[in-house]
Amino acid sequence: MTLAFLILAVLTVAGGVAAMTLRRLVHCALALTVAFAGLAALYLNLGAEFAGLAQLLVYVGAITILIVFAILLTHGGESDPEKVFSPAGIAGGVIALAVFAVLGWAVTTSSVAHGWGAGAAAQTSAPQTSVREIGLTLMQRYVLPLEVIALMLTAAMIGAVILAWREKRSVDPGAPSAPPSPELRV
Amino acid sequence: MNPLAGCLLVSALLFSVGLAGALTRRSAILVLAGIELMLNAANLNFIAFWRFGPHPEALTGFIFVIFSIAVAAAEAAVGLALILAIYRHARTSDVSEITEMKG
Repeated sequence: MTLAFLILAVLTVAGGVAAMTLRRLVHCALALTVAFAGLAALYLNLGAEFAGLAQLLVYVGAITILIVFAILLTHGGESDPEKVFSPAGIAGGVIALAVFAVLGWAVTTSSVAHGWGAGAAAQTSAPQTSVREIGLTLMQRYVLPLEVIALMLTAAMIGAVILAWREKRSVDPGAPSAPPSPELRV
Repeated sequence: MNPLAGCLLVSALLFSVGLAGALTRRSAILVLAGIELMLNAANLNFIAFWRFGPHPEALTGFIFVIFSIAVAAAEAAVGLALILAIYRHARTSDVSEITEMKG
């Protein structure tokens, strides 16, 4: 385990903890950006350049901006900073601690930590993957999942637009309402 | 501790932090952010097993991460649109106050 890995791991986990514990939602979104960027750097550190750059583009570039937009559109910055944790928060924290205890116990006692993982890590350097290889793999062996993902992204885009569509009637309920066209009321 | 176990421990920690956030925060947006953190922890596991596994040239875990990122992007878009729709309906994004469907 190298020093770079340790630094990136500490940065990522610290970003995640800050994102889940800070009181102002905008600060949470910024801390979440740190966590996502740290994960992208971890991917780069592990030799997965394409996945790291995709993580940087999608998460740091798009999802964080989307979360900031959602916070601003729902006036999340004005919410009461005294009440950020739900009434059942302690139980949730205990459950998360128990999950981490089980996962940590499983990792440290399994053969992954001592057996084949150590041997494989010692003998293999970072695998060489070019973008050309990734593209060929995507287009040959995984072409059906690729098409399914394309269909799902289209459906998600249409669904998000329909869900976030501002209905005319809910804006001014007192106004004399024209019969809403079926396209607007889904 | 070898690098694979280190990656798995970081991933477990990140998953637990995301789970704690999703279970304890009141803001629906941060619940979604916690779910994103959990998804990312799973992605880190895939990358670690691809990197230190016996057959990295098959690119299986790598391709799974690419697909997982695409699914997470779609999930975030639809989830945030749902939060906006709920906010317009209930005028709040506090999950402990949205109890209309409570049985």
